[in-house]
Amino acid sequence: MQRFIIRRFFFAIFALVGATLITFALSRMAGDPRFLYAQEGGYGITQERWDSLGVELGLDKPIIWQYGVWLGNILKGNWQDSLLDRKSVLGKIKNRLPPTLKVGLASYLFASIIGIPLGVLSAVKRGSVWDYIARGFALFGQALPVFWLGIMLILIFSVQLRWLPTGTLGEGMFSWKHYVMPTVTLGWIASATYLRLTRSSMLEVLDSEYVKLARAKGVSNNAVIWKHAFRNALIAPLTFSSLLLTGFITGAVVTETIFSIPGLGRLAFEAINNNDFPIMVGTVLVFTGMYVGFNFITDLLYAYIDPRIRYA
Amino acid sequence: MAQADITADLAKQVGSDRSGVGQVWYIIRRWPIIPVAILVVLIFTGIFANFLAPHNPIIARPDDRNLPPAWYSPIVLNVKPTGDPLVFPVPVNVGIKEAGALYDIPLTGDETEEQVVAAFEAAGLVAKTKFPTWNHILGADHIGRDLLSRIIHGARVSLTVTAISLVSGLLVGVSMGLVAGYFGGFLDEAIMRITDVWLGLPFILIAIVVVIALGQTMTILLGLLALLSWTPFVRNVRGEVLTLKELDYVALAKVVGASTFRILIWHILPGCINTVIVIATLRVGQLILTEAILSFLGAGIPPPTPAWGAMVNDGRAFINDAWWVSFFPGVCIFLVVMSLNFFGDWLRDRLDPRLRQLN
Repeated sequence: MQRFIIRRFFFAIFALVGATLITFALSRMAGDPRFLYAQEGGYGITQERWDSLGVELGLDKPIIWQYGVWLGNILKGNWQDSLLDRKSVLGKIKNRLPPTLKVGLASYLFASIIGIPLGVLSAVKRGSVWDYIARGFALFGQALPVFWLGIMLILIFSVQLRWLPTGTLGEGMFSWKHYVMPTVTLGWIASATYLRLTRSSMLEVLDSEYVKLARAKGVSNNAVIWKHAFRNALIAPLTFSSLLLTGFITGAVVTETIFSIPGLGRLAFEAINNNDFPIMVGTVLVFTGMYVGFNFITDLLYAYIDPRIRYA
Repeated sequence: MAQADITADLAKQVGSDRSGVGQVWYIIRRWPIIPVAILVVLIFTGIFANFLAPHNPIIARPDDRNLPPAWYSPIVLNVKPTGDPLVFPVPVNVGIKEAGALYDIPLTGDETEEQVVAAFEAAGLVAKTKFPTWNHILGADHIGRDLLSRIIHGARVSLTVTAISLVSGLLVGVSMGLVAGYFGGFLDEAIMRITDVWLGLPFILIAIVVVIALGQTMTILLGLLALLSWTPFVRNVRGEVLTLKELDYVALAKVVGASTFRILIWHILPGCINTVIVIATLRVGQLILTEAILSFLGAGIPPPTPAWGAMVNDGRAFINDAWWVSFFPGVCIFLVVMSLNFFGDWLRDRLDPRLRQLN
């Protein structure tokens, strides 16, 4: 177990460094960040300022050196300032993180609440109408392009029926009406995947010897399904959770664009378009960090649920 | 039970006595006819896009901006009182009946273009009308390009992009999987960790950075998608190789003195082909979706080349007035990806019983 955790830890570091280094190098290839200082409509900047900025940002040094400086700053807790408006990157990320997390969490709950029970239902009542409904739901979820789904939801529920608002996340902590469409858009694919995985592993487990034994003992149907089969069938969907999160990161950029949510995905997208490297690398660091952290938790949970992994 | 009864009963069980609708339904469930038909149509339109498209997909006709599909009733674009220089800055799409009611103009919706204009003139108004024609079956987009032609050419773009990126991803992924599985040890560990890290990268963000850094060209998009497509091949081929390399015939080939390269290509690779085909089919759908997302975010195929994802994005700003601009390309993406998923699942059941999902 200890070795397992250590290995996972090194993997996490490796992933974080890899992702930020790639972004950092690419941002340097995209152009000179000093152009962001020469503001539009201003008077440009003088040659001395240009040169001193070059020294300040370390542009005369090799990329790997610059990356090292950035990394050192991050380790010291200094996330630097955005180049475009000189605001603290950490502050910006803190502002933009809650909407993304809220929508992500809502989508995850949606995916679990819809996907897993529907998967169980579809496996238990195999071949019934419920099975067909569930599989149809999964089918659509896996093939619908996220962005198109979002636009069509807006067309139907905001433009035509005028039931749901769009364009903001509403006032206050949580106004559910604003969350419905982003949640469904982001969560549908995930719930489809959960549904398929739950269904197939549930079918497999229901067919196993120990379930047959439980049935032969005369255990009630409900107890067989939920106590004997369900716990074991949950392993496959659970391992998938971390891949789900990568999907959410991609999805966050798209849904936040469509529904004009002031979230982290949008921040990253804007920063990339501006070549604002402190924000760019910062957001990529946060996204990768979330992925890696979530992956780690999944691994631990996985080991907790399945003793074969714990003792291997 | 008599022999005849048993035979009839068996026939019922295996479904050979179905008739009519039951038989059709049985065939549709058993064979992927509809998905394959959709894919054949896709490939056909992709190859013969030049001959099939009724219009040039790139030339814009400003007069046809947001032209509705052919089955739509005519719409009034803007109306101004005669003599007054007031002009509406944006097209106001008013259904003809609504417009008539607003200005109290007696219209039924069945009038010809001239009649509509005449009716407005009688009320002292100048109307600019837009009449959907069968010449543009699906209408036109926000700058007046024929939608159907763009969709047809978009099929070609999707096809080329996915085919090339999939093949390159497949070659890289399969060879890495072969090497990792066969040699094991440090090489295996390194390749698998790289694959893990790769899966953890926020791909879309990095792809956008790459496009901005290196420019938005077809080659770069192909490279990016190839970089996305190789991972599942590595994992599955490696797993396959781990079992195959223990088999007797491989050991025998070694004894005979076959080179490592020969063993890998002629003795182990053929055993992985089924897995590779299945993964490739399922992966194409993912690639099409990713390409569409990148195009949607403006980091995909450079405009004005028609790409389905970019077309959906084009219509986003006009969703109130012209839903068809976004709707039809999205339906195409959906149909193609769904067909590929169906076909992939079917292939998996056929070719690789070990991967079979219980259905």
